[in-house]
Amino acid sequence: MLTLENVHTHYGPIEALKGVSLNVQQGEIVTLIGANGAGKSTLLMTVCGDPRASAGTITWKGNDITKEETSKIMRTGLAVVPEGRRVFSAMTVEENLSMGGFFNKTTYDQRMAHVLELFPRLEERFKQRAGTMSGGEQQMLAIGRALMSEPELLILDEPSLGLAPLIINQIFDIIHKLRDEGMTIFLVEQNANQALRLADRGYVIENGKIVLEDTGANLLVNEDVRKAYLGG
Amino acid sequence: MQSRFTSALFAALLTLLLGSLLLGVTMVSEGIDLVLELSEPHKIYGLIIGAALVFIIQYFKQEVGAVTTRLRGDGSFEMPAFIRTPKQQRLWGFMAVGALLIFPFVSSRGAVDIATLTLIYVMLGLGLNIVVGLAGLLDLGYVGFYAVGAYSYALLNFYFGLSFWVALPIAGLLAALFGFILGFPVLRLRGDYLAIVTLGFGEIIRILLNNWTDLTGGPNGIARIPKPDLFGLEFNRRASEGGQTFHEFFGIPYSSEYKVIFLYLLAFALVLLTLYVINRLIRMPIGRAWEALREDEIACRALGLNPTVIKLTAFTIGASFAGFAGSFFAARQGFISPESFTFIESAIILAIVVLGGMGSQLGIILAAMAMTILPEMAREFDEYRMLLFGLMMVLMMIWRPQGLLPMKRPHLELKRD
Ligand SMILES: Nc1ncnc2c1ncn2[C@@H]1O[C@H](COP(=O)(O)OP(=O)(O)O)[C@@H](O)[C@H]1O
Ligand SMILES: [Mg+2]
Repeated sequence: MLTLENVHTHYGPIEALKGVSLNVQQGEIVTLIGANGAGKSTLLMTVCGDPRASAGTITWKGNDITKEETSKIMRTGLAVVPEGRRVFSAMTVEENLSMGGFFNKTTYDQRMAHVLELFPRLEERFKQRAGTMSGGEQQMLAIGRALMSEPELLILDEPSLGLAPLIINQIFDIIHKLRDEGMTIFLVEQNANQALRLADRGYVIENGKIVLEDTGANLLVNEDVRKAYLGG
Repeated sequence: MQSRFTSALFAALLTLLLGSLLLGVTMVSEGIDLVLELSEPHKIYGLIIGAALVFIIQYFKQEVGAVTTRLRGDGSFEMPAFIRTPKQQRLWGFMAVGALLIFPFVSSRGAVDIATLTLIYVMLGLGLNIVVGLAGLLDLGYVGFYAVGAYSYALLNFYFGLSFWVALPIAGLLAALFGFILGFPVLRLRGDYLAIVTLGFGEIIRILLNNWTDLTGGPNGIARIPKPDLFGLEFNRRASEGGQTFHEFFGIPYSSEYKVIFLYLLAFALVLLTLYVINRLIRMPIGRAWEALREDEIACRALGLNPTVIKLTAFTIGASFAGFAGSFFAARQGFISPESFTFIESAIILAIVVLGGMGSQLGIILAAMAMTILPEMAREFDEYRMLLFGLMMVLMMIWRPQGLLPMKRPHLELKRD
């Protein structure tokens, strides 16, 4: 469904991705784990065309999107929940969600109903300003907003960042539920333990390079992974 | 205590020193020589009082600070109790419209004239607010589009004899077109860079108008631009060829006041139309997109919105309102020249938007009134007008940095218990 082949990304002179290859198949949860600054966010955003890959090819649903505009890519069934949530804080929950469904008005009501069913909390806070909500609620809103575009592939960048364990569990439950509905998910996490337990497959990124690739279950018991990311 | 006294004394002495060089002495020519003389006593006294004031304010800085903090508030603004519900607001809105409709018939000609000028600035402020307040793009060349609108009507009338009513939409479209063409290459720029480039645009348009003498008459401008008519009825003493005048049609004696009142009502109608259109736009997806863009450009891109396109619509639509305002301005003045479209106009319009509290329409209306009516009332201090203007801005920055009436979005904030 999504394939990256030998992708390089530069920030000026800095090479943040040094030839990354990976793929995500339909219906899978694939996770990418790695330390701070390893290039996880860069990889995700390169898929979205922002920043643009400087070499290599990115294929999405059979089309080469390496040189496509971000705004076009994001309207082809791909949705991203960026790192740090980035909700529109002066807008209400409802308005935030409506921004997510900006380009597809035909099934708007259905999707809104679906998102509110997934996140009853958002329905309670429907008219509240996003900026006044808690971190967990904002993360739910960010995911809900991304779902409003009815994506086939949902990309999540560290959804558990800065949240309390209880809330993290809720977020992971939702991801599980989405997968059961048939959504394909590409999940970036530092919280490797939970991410690998949930994922079908996982990749480990170090210094802009993929160093390991295996099933989630295998990575969980891998000696190197345990040492580096699971605390022994 | 010691340092408080010395710093206050230092500030006062500095004021005295700078002030006495600027105001305390005058240059008088004696023959071919220039000699310095002490100014008249009242200026000297003024200086001393000024320095004393500085000393007192500096000395009691903490106490003054406490007062200003209280005045500043927490940034949110509550409407008084009697205009809180939408129903009450609508009622007050209707009453305000009614009062403004009656106003020209019960006021002096001069007052109506100033009110018309205020309405032009309201229109300009509302238009620029789309660009600066809603989309968050700092545009320092807005006056350029105002000039395009004014010259559109003046030139279309001069060369093709088009009437105001035909030229008005064309002027809006032309200004929008200029906004589009100029905006396209630069809207990728951010913040400061965008501000500088737009500043350049405003100047380029003015310089072009100044130098393209064959077309625009250059610095001499264009004179005898006809006033708008009312369904073909003119407001002149004598009708033009094949025309008919207002007073003849109604069989009433001629009075130049009709024209003034008509212009006021026309400007008022244009402002109402502007308000209506902008309020519709804000509620449409494009209005949301402007707001979203101002808040978080990265999030917008992640959602598939194209920031350049969104900025361009704001720039273009904003410019079109300057175009309407410009053609009305040309019609009202009857004479335009590049002089009317200098950078200071951009600055005043921007000041109205900022003073009004970025994004708030009621705030902009109040600020436009303040910016046009106060200087008129302070005519005697003509040479100090810009000084007053600066003083006002500084005071605003201290007391209400968020503007007179910061934009208030409809939302529900749950009270903490
Ligand atoms: N906008 C940027 N400009 C320059 N360097 C960047 C930028 N964003 C990220 N980087 C660098 O790229 C590398 C990868 O960063 P990132 O993808 O954010 O890592 P992660 O998400 O894994 O923590 C880091 O060395 C970081 O400093
Ligand atoms: Mg990251």
